[in-house]
Amino acid sequence: MSTQIDVQNLTLQFRTDEGLVTAVDNVSFSLDKGEVMGLVGESGSGKSVTAKSLMHLNASNAVYSPESKITLYTDTGPVDVLSLRRPSELKIVRGGAVSMIFQEPMASFAPAMTIGKQMVEQLQLHSDMSKTQARNLSIEMLDRVGISDAGKRIDQYAFELSGGMRQRAMIAMALSTKPKLLIADEPTTALDVTIQAQVIDLMKDLVDEFRMGIIFITHDLGVVAQTADRVNVMYLGQLIEEGPVRDVIRQPKHPYTQGLIAALPKLEDLDAPLTPVPGDIPSPLERPSGCVFHTRCSQIVGDMCSAKAPTERELDEDHKVACHLYSDLQTEAVQ
Amino acid sequence: MTDVLIRAEGLSVGFQLGGGLFRKDILQAVNNVSVTIEKGSFFGLVGESGSGKTTLGRALLKAVPITEGHARYNDGEVDVDIASLEGPALKDYRKRAQLIFQDPYAALSPRMTVRDIIAEPLEVMKLTKTREETDARVREIAAKCRLNLEHLRRFPHAFSGGQRQRISIARALVSGPQFIVADESVAALDVSIQADVLNLLKQIQADMGLTFMFISHDLSVVAHTCDHVAVMYLGRLVETAPTRKLFAGPRHPYTKALFSAIPSLDPDDRGKAQKLTGEIPSPTNQPPGCKFHTRCPNAIDRCKSEEPQLEGDGSGHEVACHRWKELMELTPA
Repeated sequence: MSTQIDVQNLTLQFRTDEGLVTAVDNVSFSLDKGEVMGLVGESGSGKSVTAKSLMHLNASNAVYSPESKITLYTDTGPVDVLSLRRPSELKIVRGGAVSMIFQEPMASFAPAMTIGKQMVEQLQLHSDMSKTQARNLSIEMLDRVGISDAGKRIDQYAFELSGGMRQRAMIAMALSTKPKLLIADEPTTALDVTIQAQVIDLMKDLVDEFRMGIIFITHDLGVVAQTADRVNVMYLGQLIEEGPVRDVIRQPKHPYTQGLIAALPKLEDLDAPLTPVPGDIPSPLERPSGCVFHTRCSQIVGDMCSAKAPTERELDEDHKVACHLYSDLQTEAVQ
Repeated sequence: MTDVLIRAEGLSVGFQLGGGLFRKDILQAVNNVSVTIEKGSFFGLVGESGSGKTTLGRALLKAVPITEGHARYNDGEVDVDIASLEGPALKDYRKRAQLIFQDPYAALSPRMTVRDIIAEPLEVMKLTKTREETDARVREIAAKCRLNLEHLRRFPHAFSGGQRQRISIARALVSGPQFIVADESVAALDVSIQADVLNLLKQIQADMGLTFMFISHDLSVVAHTCDHVAVMYLGRLVETAPTRKLFAGPRHPYTKALFSAIPSLDPDDRGKAQKLTGEIPSPTNQPPGCKFHTRCPNAIDRCKSEEPQLEGDGSGHEVACHRWKELMELTPA
């Protein structure tokens, strides 16, 4: 398989009144064509900011480090995403080759425009379709995502649709431009479990059909287990563990990933006590020294956890973790 | 047999929507619901959005008017009919029954310090006489909710979601209530913090002997916290049972579908779930017969015309489905 998007050394800070706040800290990963990657972490871990970087969509006070590089591979060759400036250049990563589905479908549709008008508008922006062609394709897409009576629904406003229906319409809109990469930011979090199951099924079908890569941002490891091929776990702006979904969920290596899995209430064992990850995620203004997780970690190996940031190493094939538990102490001492 | 704190019989809540002089549109949010909540228990209420679970919780707090039926509250000191409470008796009930909200970011005033937020119910209800007395009570409750006393002078923006939810809990507890409705109180929290807040609620319940109504859409959370679970669909109770009984053998097709929809942590379990099609119908346009028949995989003609009533098996497990016995024989546990 070939690479769809490649992220190297992504570091992103926000300029604020209180100084520079680090949101993403030296994150590197790549996604193959047609691959589904789950991006997991607590609120404040930087997962949404990372995803928005792929569309160069962060607020104007965002500062990317000079080493940061994001390369998107399209039909017409590689695109250096972070060097794009003008709106006409950015079109390719904002709805063209990359589309995004947001968490709150009510907030993502303009309330005073019909669903159809918004779908047609973006199709005309990204292709040379006529209005009629764009409308026909939009109806076809709405129908494809399971909205009955699509010809009528297209002329309705977002508030006239239920939550699940709105999220389906959002998916239809995001996919109508046939993107190579779909970023789904907590797409099922605001939905009921029964509707969530329907939307997950729909997304899986669409991946098979359109063969696009998906970055699925969620805090729900169950959703990841059901959708993703690979998992990346983030904490305080850093990628702390990554690997194939089975390895990461069945044999988590990083104490944080282990903690996240232990904190989930399990239906199989109602007597098991619920074990929270102790403490709260620190404010990005007060980033801990050394390993950023050491303030909440229950498996500290010594002073090095608060002194030195662990480097990522590959434990099993393709399964990487950044934790001193697994670093070879001697080689590090020599270095 | 333990004491019963709340006994609701045939409880209905309807909201009037627009309409003219001769035409009244009623949205029936809760329809003929009977529940019994034992003192000192953790009573779970489950259902999709639009199932009426929040409205039922609020009706028991008399935050929305009860249009039909009765609900008695009896904590040993007072024995009242919630529907007809007013004046001083209602004020007294407010002290005894409290609510914890879902979103700790929206529930706390950004202009008040944590101390003032927690002290406000005491001042409004005139439960303390002097400032010293108020402060002492606030500190006592804050410590119970594992809040740092240093933090009482700060404003809510300085706190994370988990800490804010602990502040909300402290505020609900400060008047010394017996009955607490926790409405989706962990839904807005990260999993790592969710477990912490659930443990705190359990501990408070055990220490102070409180009774909780825990409203949630998350079955796995309910399974771990509640003693008894009631499942609602379109304003009706469709199944109610002690937690372990319900999780060992759900009987209503809707409950089964809810279980099946929980995303499994096992990546090899994909696609095994039994999927429910369609969405919950609008409460203003309810289907006839069993309200679930439009989405039920087991519906027969009878379900379309005749509404099933809750029936029990004597063990406290009740279900409202025409076919539950038959279905149980078809799919042995």
